[in-house]
Amino acid sequence: MNLIATGNHAVAYGVKAARAEVIAAYPITPQTQIIEKLSEFIERGEMGAKFMRVESEHSAMAACIGASACGARTFTATSSQGLLYMSEMVFWAGLGSFPVVMAVVTRTLAPPWSIWNEHTDMLSQRDAGWIMMMCDSVQEAYDASIQAFRIAEDRRVRQPVMFGLDAFSLSHTSERLDPIGQEEADAFLPSPDGQWKVIDVQEPATYGNLVGPERMMEIRHSIMERVKESAKVIEEAASDFGRVSGRKQAGLVEEYRTSGAEVILVVAGASSGDAMDAADALRDEGVKAGVARLRVLRPFPSERLRETLKGCRAVAVMDRDYSFGSGGIIGHEVASATGVRPFNYIAGIGGRDLSVNDFAGIASDALRRAEAGNEGGEIWWGMKGYQEHLP
Amino acid sequence: MKCVKTTLKGWKEIPEGGAIIEPGSSVNFDVTAWRTSSPVIDQSKCTKCGMCFLYCPDSAIEIDEAGNYRVNLSYCKGCGICAKGCAPKAITMVKEGH
Amino acid sequence: MRSLTDEEYYLPGNAACPGCAAVMAMRIGLKVLGPRTVLVVPACCMSVVQGYYPKTPSKIPIFNTAFAASAATASGIRAALEMKGIRDVNIVCWAGDGGTADIGIQSLSGAAERGDDLIYVCYDNEAYMNTGTQRSGSTPEGARTTTTITGKSEGKKDVPGIMIAHRIPYVATACTSYPLDFANKLRRAISMKGTRYIHLLSPCPPGWRYPAEKTVAVGKLAVETGAWILYEWFGGRCRLTGPSSGLAERSKRRPLEEYLGIQGRFSGADPSKIEEMKRRIDEEWERTIALCKG
Repeated sequence: MNLIATGNHAVAYGVKAARAEVIAAYPITPQTQIIEKLSEFIERGEMGAKFMRVESEHSAMAACIGASACGARTFTATSSQGLLYMSEMVFWAGLGSFPVVMAVVTRTLAPPWSIWNEHTDMLSQRDAGWIMMMCDSVQEAYDASIQAFRIAEDRRVRQPVMFGLDAFSLSHTSERLDPIGQEEADAFLPSPDGQWKVIDVQEPATYGNLVGPERMMEIRHSIMERVKESAKVIEEAASDFGRVSGRKQAGLVEEYRTSGAEVILVVAGASSGDAMDAADALRDEGVKAGVARLRVLRPFPSERLRETLKGCRAVAVMDRDYSFGSGGIIGHEVASATGVRPFNYIAGIGGRDLSVNDFAGIASDALRRAEAGNEGGEIWWGMKGYQEHLP
Repeated sequence: MKCVKTTLKGWKEIPEGGAIIEPGSSVNFDVTAWRTSSPVIDQSKCTKCGMCFLYCPDSAIEIDEAGNYRVNLSYCKGCGICAKGCAPKAITMVKEGH
Repeated sequence: MRSLTDEEYYLPGNAACPGCAAVMAMRIGLKVLGPRTVLVVPACCMSVVQGYYPKTPSKIPIFNTAFAASAATASGIRAALEMKGIRDVNIVCWAGDGGTADIGIQSLSGAAERGDDLIYVCYDNEAYMNTGTQRSGSTPEGARTTTTITGKSEGKKDVPGIMIAHRIPYVATACTSYPLDFANKLRRAISMKGTRYIHLLSPCPPGWRYPAEKTVAVGKLAVETGAWILYEWFGGRCRLTGPSSGLAERSKRRPLEEYLGIQGRFSGADPSKIEEMKRRIDEEWERTIALCKG
């Protein structure tokens, strides 16, 4: 059965197929369709879950943590201000190792008010111990929302997973969606059966009280090991889901025409498709361009990216985010993970449109700079009245 | 606070999130050094009303087989609530080391 | 007292200060609640009283959560247990006055509005004691704290009143010096469903500045002078309980000065301030009596 669905509805269908048991959420534009659809499924009796209409995002994540601690499969969704309001509990879930799954519809932070796409909100939570994925299509939003539970709940991981959907350009854009059957979903994602529960009156444990300096490092280290280990689990989940769905799944990085490429665009999120179209157009013109799409940002796919970017003359990293006083967040991560000095394009800030032409222009620009002997730098692409300060 | 030394486990042995899976294990903490005085019960004055048992924040008042109230000095922090609340004045606080 | 089990669920060796009323009430409370109970504890004295990893005084599950999040965390636990078909477990938030009256009031209000099935006990030591006695919304007028060194100028926030306004099934006040009154209220709360709230006045030796041995005496004076009123509200009706039921007439109450004088935190309060405190207490009694008359 094929559907036409928005990215948001695709997530709701995915979470339904995953048989989430407790969903706690607070509305925020542009996430609302996800929770409206889920609450509709539950009220119509099509989904056997508890929907908690909590009074804030902070409480949404707190409720998810409480439910997850009882071994329940839990889900929430938020965006932007909501994610930041939730932030204390986002860290609580990550540092407490609760396999909660969350959809983040990435949206610009205020002030001034903006509802359009930017990735700074989600990236601000990158040190919280969560696995982080970015979706590039409606279909992938659906696929990710099922795989996320499998990754989070895997015995080797037991850490929460968030996946990002670009505001409007993915969340509210309708595309074709091929859902998998419920039986296939159940086979891919077995019932949790309380494997990770820490609250149990039969086996009373005290969870989360004071830990001194002589043990905290070890607790943090175990999170580090499991997040690192998740890279393997993510690849396994992608390959298994590929078999179940009959659709090839990107694992950590999706490489598009990177073989022999002289310029590679490193991208994440919904505009990746435009970047790939740009690579096609450039290849037609004889410019060897390729795209490395980061499907996973945590754990950062350092090794894989190092391989991908090897031998490439110019690397253009797209950042739809910014860390003031430092630069593009992904740009810096690519640089430190691979040793490459990329041209870091700050673009699409506040939801500014990025077209195929922009990506083609960026790739050509990066190549031109490399040929002129420039070694990396930061470029605010498409900004009015911009003066460059390149090294 | 004097603590019972526990062997420092490597990170692989520590439960996820640092859960404590040994209920009631605080009894191994030695809090006796907290107190400056400790209660002494004069059994001849005790009416067995049980107020000391009820009010002791640290469950340091225990009832023995004969039904007498006894102080368990391993648990007593020496707050003196038992003595203050003892109607027949059967409990006195005695300075430590005397 | 015979109604309380000999079984201890909150064991000694915990890190409570000597003479801590909060841990005294925790011990009694858990005897009433029994082993099929989950405690949710936000940042407060009780999160430190549990002591140092890897030891715990508790024989029932304790789930520590963030300062503002106890009621929401408890709601999540209830939802998960319902999904798992487990129905005979008490979910109990055990939070301080800061985590209830101030930073946690949003999640408490949310849970109460949704009618989530949990018992919320606020042990009220009338300041941020865990961080060293800073003023909270629940600190009474005139009390000196480290952030109100000349005494708080505002009155105490009426959290039980706020909870009554939520029309939940059960709201009660209690005081640690009357453990059997507290136990009875907890029993009544356990017998009901929905959000149930008990506000437990809990004297604090270092914070209120009195010798540890006087913890019970100070709590009794709070009630006998009328500064703290014991009542319970359910089924649309309010009734005074314990000693408070005989104190509706002002003349029956002991002078407020006896309660203030025993504590260092009210030292130096000038007579006009004390008159203001008395006026507030009288108003509180009028409100409560009106509530009792319906």
